[in-house]
Amino acid sequence: MLLLALDTATPAVTAALHDGTSVVAAHSQVDARRHGELLLPAVDRVLTEAGLRLDAVTGIVVGVGPGPYTGLRVGLMTADTFGLALGVPVYGLCTLDGLAYAAGGAAGIEGPFVVATDARRKEVYWARYADSRTRLTEPAVDRPGELDIGGLPAVGAGALLYPDTFPDAREPEHVSAASLASLAAERLAAGEEMEAPRPLYLRRPDAQVPKNYKVVTPK
Amino acid sequence: MADEPLVLGIETSCDETGVGIVRGTTLLADAIASSVDEHARFGGVVPEVASRAHLEAMVPTIERALKEAGVSARDLDGISVTAGPGLAGALLVGVSAAKAYAYALGKPLYGVNHLASHICVDQLEHGPLPEPTMALLVSGGHSSLLLSSDITSDVRPMGATIDDAAGEAFDKIARVLNLGFPGGPVIDRYAKEGDPRAIAFPRGLTGPRDAAYDFSFSGLKTAVARWIEAKRAAGEDVPVRDVAASFQEAVVDVLTRKAVRACRDEGVDHLMIGGGVAANSRLRVLAQERCEAAGITLRVPRPKLCTDNGAMVAALGAEMVARGRDASDWDLSADSSLPVTDPHVPGRSHAHGHSHSHDHVHEVSKGNLYS
Ligand SMILES: [Zn+2]
Repeated sequence: MLLLALDTATPAVTAALHDGTSVVAAHSQVDARRHGELLLPAVDRVLTEAGLRLDAVTGIVVGVGPGPYTGLRVGLMTADTFGLALGVPVYGLCTLDGLAYAAGGAAGIEGPFVVATDARRKEVYWARYADSRTRLTEPAVDRPGELDIGGLPAVGAGALLYPDTFPDAREPEHVSAASLASLAAERLAAGEEMEAPRPLYLRRPDAQVPKNYKVVTPK
Repeated sequence: MADEPLVLGIETSCDETGVGIVRGTTLLADAIASSVDEHARFGGVVPEVASRAHLEAMVPTIERALKEAGVSARDLDGISVTAGPGLAGALLVGVSAAKAYAYALGKPLYGVNHLASHICVDQLEHGPLPEPTMALLVSGGHSSLLLSSDITSDVRPMGATIDDAAGEAFDKIARVLNLGFPGGPVIDRYAKEGDPRAIAFPRGLTGPRDAAYDFSFSGLKTAVARWIEAKRAAGEDVPVRDVAASFQEAVVDVLTRKAVRACRDEGVDHLMIGGGVAANSRLRVLAQERCEAAGITLRVPRPKLCTDNGAMVAALGAEMVARGRDASDWDLSADSSLPVTDPHVPGRSHAHGHSHSHDHVHEVSKGNLYS
């Protein structure tokens, strides 16, 4: 097994390779405005580092968000197209699940906690977790002031950004493709069903139906 | 013929997901998925709606194009993609797909200019472009007069709209007349039954001291809207067919007059017309008349190649390959305001005039391409 994982749902542009046992190469760069430019070179870099070619990959894992749409689509479109060109399956994973997985690993959070990322417009994308592998709620987008998480530990940039709502905010700040790859490898090994690689936008497109045309004749 | 470059082109600058495949100047496939129906109720293209639709439509549209062309992706000589100008978020979906596809297949990537593609598409209809060619590009997004002596390297802007695009004026007048969106086809239809001389609407920027090749449609738009409102205020019926015909005549009169004048002034004996408004039947007829009178050969592709499509991007990509232009880098970005003077976006490693021929190998990833 060789999984290539990608995520562009947060300011981190991140790619990793996982051979079914461990992460063999990973690269992340935080730059919220350059997902489109940075992702392919990141993929190229992890492959070069591992001494492998893309056609060795047996599956693609992609973070499906939730995340700001323009960046989010870069990862999804790249994953979809890799899948088409290579003829390998493309698996979606909730980006928050990747953060949760990392929270249980390096950050060592064991009990219930919350993951929150920055949704911009003074909102967060968030979900509750029983542990690093078990999400309790559907991902949602809300104003932090309207949330009461009861002082649970919280990870992610959204938690670090709003200390009033998330008093026990901790690292990691951003998702890493390495965590997504490890989580996917675990789930695949356990024979679990994987999600489809479809975006979690959680918001409707901004679109105003124009009112009746503007009258241009002076009254 | 068989050694002409086989190129797949991806276009997502607005609301059409286009994937085309060409071999040299021969069209093999032109697959399109449009989100226009999703925009109709908004009266214009909503960028986020378009971007979401591109993501969903891309892979099926690529598959459809390959099937239609009867070729295998492995046999492609390159992937081209609209790098700009256009809607930033929409462009980014196409650029992401093209990069991933080119990288995975080990093919060179060409980020190309949307406007130059609109010109180059005519090669699929009428053979190699004469050099130089004058081009009139008119759509909901652009109204420009361009002069090109080599579509891969030299596109010179002669004039452009100073306010609205011609197609926008069609949309706006259609809305004032309650005819729905998009406005071009429906105005064309009504105009066929109307009198183009019924109402004398103004011709923008046609005074002796006005810029000879620039366009303005904002004043015309306002004049037509005022005329209609005056009728309605007086409790009279609006003669929709005559309004449509007279408005359309004002637009195409100015477009063709200026295009023919530019050809004459520059000594160019070929005019091509592209963009969605080139599908307008009256524009085609009047342009033909005036070109004939001026001894200019008119080239207008069939309507489906005039509107945004992937074949035009493939056509320009094939020309880039044929002329040995440098491929783009893997960090190619979508540039919503890519200047018309940049027919493509060559990689930085080649940007300073080193003219070594392209060897189908990208700088950053020699080891990862398929052999
Ligand atoms: Zn166009």
